[in-house]
Amino acid sequence: MLELSPALAEYSDFFFEGFRNTLILAIGGLIGALVIGIIVASLRVWGGPVLSPVGTAYVEFFRNTPLIVQLSFCAVLFAPRNLNITADPIVVGILGLSIYTGSYVAEAIRSGILSVDPRQVEAARSLGLTQFATLRLVVLPQAIRTVIPPLGNITIALTKNTAIVGAIAANELLKVAGVIETRTASFDGYIAALIAFWCLTIPLAFVVSRIERRLKFAR
Amino acid sequence: MRKTLAILMAAAFAVAACTTGGGAPATGGASSPSAAAQSFAADSTMGKIQAAGKLVCGTKFDVIAFGFKNPTSNEVEGFDADLCREIAAALGVQPEFVEAVSANRLPFLKEDKVDIIISTMTRNEERLAEIDFSKIYYVAGQKILVKSDSPHQSVEDLAAANVKVCSGEGSTSEGNLQEKGVAQANLVLFKTYGEAAQALLDGRCDAVSTDDSILFGLASQNDGLEVRGEAFTEEPLGIGIKKGKDDLVQFINGVLDAMAADGRWKALYDKNIKPYSGAEAPTPPLDK
Repeated sequence: MLELSPALAEYSDFFFEGFRNTLILAIGGLIGALVIGIIVASLRVWGGPVLSPVGTAYVEFFRNTPLIVQLSFCAVLFAPRNLNITADPIVVGILGLSIYTGSYVAEAIRSGILSVDPRQVEAARSLGLTQFATLRLVVLPQAIRTVIPPLGNITIALTKNTAIVGAIAANELLKVAGVIETRTASFDGYIAALIAFWCLTIPLAFVVSRIERRLKFAR
Repeated sequence: MRKTLAILMAAAFAVAACTTGGGAPATGGASSPSAAAQSFAADSTMGKIQAAGKLVCGTKFDVIAFGFKNPTSNEVEGFDADLCREIAAALGVQPEFVEAVSANRLPFLKEDKVDIIISTMTRNEERLAEIDFSKIYYVAGQKILVKSDSPHQSVEDLAAANVKVCSGEGSTSEGNLQEKGVAQANLVLFKTYGEAAQALLDGRCDAVSTDDSILFGLASQNDGLEVRGEAFTEEPLGIGIKKGKDDLVQFINGVLDAMAADGRWKALYDKNIKPYSGAEAPTPPLDK
């Protein structure tokens, strides 16, 4: 495929570096977002009067500010001169995407947990199940069915959002396409980036719709 | 109510039109007309400029060290602006400044809106087909900007030390860096040089590299940054003159030669560029 374009043939290693970085950002961001999302959702549902507002504040703050602003802020904040966490834009990108996407994941998980009728919990508890057993055997199996479809969509959105990390100088697909365009005056990098994003998101969308259908059947 | 609004809007437009003034030129008065100015035949280009009593120069208004309109004094400062003043003085006329950005400077010349263009313009084959150029009055080039306490003195140091270098995405500068041995993996590319300077200050990269004319501005706006090393690319800057004015080209070349010979070129360098570059004046590049 790359032989079709001399510009891409010349910069194929660079392009695949961009593709690899986009994958790293998406996978790293998803893992981080799941961890943050589970913690924050737990805080909101079971945190009580003290911790629950903390979870709410987290969600409302990070869900309602632009990702590019959060990323730029993280890049400066984590830099060696300030918190000295990392100078690597890929690591900053993974952390930034995790923090941002984590707020969406938290909301998806919370609504999943809340979708289970509280009377089922009361019934399980009165039958003698411990709180943990109630969660494991009654609440979570039902909650997961509600949570999976929005999580799929969040993953697709996350994959597309990796393109924004280029703004803090990470060499992801879009950035790489831009650099190839400057060096070769060829637009081909952008076309290839578009195709590469499709290759990532179309199978994801397919999987999500399959899971949705199966869950509908199971219900 | 609607009528009042219409009147207000009309007034607003009128005010806007007045303040922008259709590009009313700013008059610089740093040097007075030289009494010793030669007088020229009325049909020569120089004679016409003398008859008009002013030399209209197109310069940049936003490039520190070359052409920069000082917002407090309203004077146009920098090497290019002072060059205009010298040429005007040699003709015995007043200099007048018009902002000429890269996109409009060639049309300004062709439409006689300006007599000459001195706006950090690189002399190249493409432009020589459109306009004439004087001798090269300055060779700009790509340099490095580092923190004052940095051990790196040159682009070769940066390549050898295998450290991160910031530059602009979509610029020729980053390609030049690769040619100088900076690894692709060490290039950190931003949309603007302001972001690159911030990254340098934060420690996300060890240097910023692009044309020195841009680096001078970044260094002057941020404490603790300095421009270092020899230029490793060449951007020969020339004065643009409309085609068919060979007499003016000859005259300006004569002024430039005289300035190089009697030390005025060096004086302008020391005044405008040395405070930012920190380097001693090079030999005037006029023979190139």
